[in-house]
Amino acid sequence: MTAASPPEVLRAPLVVEFPFTRSLGPVQSAFLTGLREGVVLGVQASDGRVVVPPVEYDPVTSEEIRDLVEVATTGTVTTWAWNDRPRPNQPLDTPFAWALVRLDGADTALLHALDAPGPDAVRTGMRVRIRWAAERTGAITDIACFEPCDATTAPQSLPAPHDGIFREAVTGIVAEARLDYVYSPGRAQTGYINALSERRTVGERCPSCHKVYVPPRGACPTCGVATTDRVEVGPAGTVTTFCIVNIKAANLDIEVPYVYAHIALDGAGLALHGRIGGIPYDQVRMGLRVEPVWTEGGRYPDHYRPTGEPDAEYDAYKELI
Amino acid sequence: MTGPRTTGYARDVAVVAFAQSDHLRRTDELSEVEMVMPVLHEVLAATGLKAGEIGFTCSGSSDYLAGRAFSFTMTLDGVGAWPPISESHVEMDGAWALYEAWVKIQTGDADTALVYAYGKSSPGSVRDVLTRQLDPYYLAPLWPDSVALAALQAQALIDAGETDEPGLAAIAARSRADAGANPHAQLRGAVPHGDYQVRPLRTGDCPPVGDGVAAVVLAAGDLARQLCRRPAWITGIDHRIEAHGLGLRDLTDSPSTRTAAEHAGLFDAPVDTAELHAPFSSQEVVLRTALRLGDGVTINPSGGALAANPMMAAGLIRIGEAAARIHRGASDRAVAHATSGPCLQQNLVAVLEGDRA
Ligand SMILES: [Zn+2]
Repeated sequence: MTAASPPEVLRAPLVVEFPFTRSLGPVQSAFLTGLREGVVLGVQASDGRVVVPPVEYDPVTSEEIRDLVEVATTGTVTTWAWNDRPRPNQPLDTPFAWALVRLDGADTALLHALDAPGPDAVRTGMRVRIRWAAERTGAITDIACFEPCDATTAPQSLPAPHDGIFREAVTGIVAEARLDYVYSPGRAQTGYINALSERRTVGERCPSCHKVYVPPRGACPTCGVATTDRVEVGPAGTVTTFCIVNIKAANLDIEVPYVYAHIALDGAGLALHGRIGGIPYDQVRMGLRVEPVWTEGGRYPDHYRPTGEPDAEYDAYKELI
Repeated sequence: MTGPRTTGYARDVAVVAFAQSDHLRRTDELSEVEMVMPVLHEVLAATGLKAGEIGFTCSGSSDYLAGRAFSFTMTLDGVGAWPPISESHVEMDGAWALYEAWVKIQTGDADTALVYAYGKSSPGSVRDVLTRQLDPYYLAPLWPDSVALAALQAQALIDAGETDEPGLAAIAARSRADAGANPHAQLRGAVPHGDYQVRPLRTGDCPPVGDGVAAVVLAAGDLARQLCRRPAWITGIDHRIEAHGLGLRDLTDSPSTRTAAEHAGLFDAPVDTAELHAPFSSQEVVLRTALRLGDGVTINPSGGALAANPMMAAGLIRIGEAAARIHRGASDRAVAHATSGPCLQQNLVAVLEGDRA
């Protein structure tokens, strides 16, 4: 038993990407399809206000609303903020203003980017118009941005009722996102990972109930206290329970059927899991004594194989099942 | 000694203990449970309760900060979750976890509750991460970051004549100066106001990004008196939400905060202290008006979120800081506010009172 060594921080890039596929209701479908066609639609709320971008439920009464109207592609800035350093994925990669724009004919404002030479060229109340994206697919990004505009007066004919019907309506969007993180596993798991690189398995003992956790997460879930004493366990262990896998996993180069087992390493207070190899799948049994098999350059045991020892007595591992 | 002001609730519930970590820019050497556990031990030690004696446990956090699904389950090891306990989680600020715990106690299902919240923002870029909480159809594809959205609100306030840039700088300076007395704060003392981040907001108008933890213990009735010399009774608590479309809202006002405050009974009597969850200096201007706070009210004596803003814990810390002032006799009636979402979209208001001698 040794005291935990000072933290030696491990770090690794962690990328989370999620392309959510989202379906659109009738109102959002009409709005986004309209953008593709160069038409901006709003929806009329129960109090007569024209809401752009449109919502499906009245923000005051919560009633479903469907009455679509067309509004102008020109509008007025209601508030703005100058963004000197655009961040990845934002609409423009040169400095721009974020702006809430009330399109002519609308009573609410839409958030987008405003392309202007500098903050001195932007003010609340200024007139702007939509700059359409070169390629439009039916998404909010079909509006490339807003740009300053000379027209001082709003068109008189808007808002105008619109049936919201377009050829080949957009019915869904794919919301792509990628977030980049740097993952650090913390003190206890760092110790575990570092030991694995020396082909050793370490756990941590609870100072209160003396159970040894492998892999250690730094706390005893029974006592709610930090596990601080590092303990080497194994290398051999006992199969406490197992299952036979008959479905080949994608990207996994293991022939089926194979056995996946819970293995209580000698000295550990709970079982970890691993694949059993070196024995026909139908001969694996509870109590089988196994040891880890490391492959060249492997950073954790590839699988466990029988040690050839007699099986462990049930009483010796029944608490660990 | 008299009890708390009549609440109309089924049970009198108080905050009886509060603890928080030091809030730091990074905590790479600590996993979530390693970060949370010392604070849980500290808050339980303050009451003399053991983990297994707590009736209900509720936590607040967000997987998006760490970038890992179900990251909150890791911290359950730190509360002693075996044998099974009565437990819940909210994927938002711990102030809402406290609300759930308070409801649980009101039902009579529990007499005590442990509420904790944590945020580890350091693994990712929190400005970008927070864009993922926005409307996925109209906003998220544009990636408007949290500072940009707050800056739109700040400009709206300036246009409306509610404040100006020197006014915002003064709020920032007062907050960091007050944080000088808060050993847990991340930014303390004289901090340069700095350059524009997203104009009109400068670095000093924005909260620090950091990692941190907070925890409180709630208890009902006479048990609260046994656990705490001067319990901070929750005489009112309520939370409200506004339409998610930013362009639907008047960004210079916070009707949801005002409605929550009315329902929490804030306006029934004066308060001496306000702990406001205003991550941006401009948001304090909005909240001060919505909560009708006069010059006699001490605002954010802890330094507030401008001094330490661990995501998902900063709102719970406001309740904890307000309660701690009542515990030590520095306040008799305090209001605590927590927010979530862009530009004060969701707001929770709690009124806390100490027994009068
Ligand atoms: Zn233990």
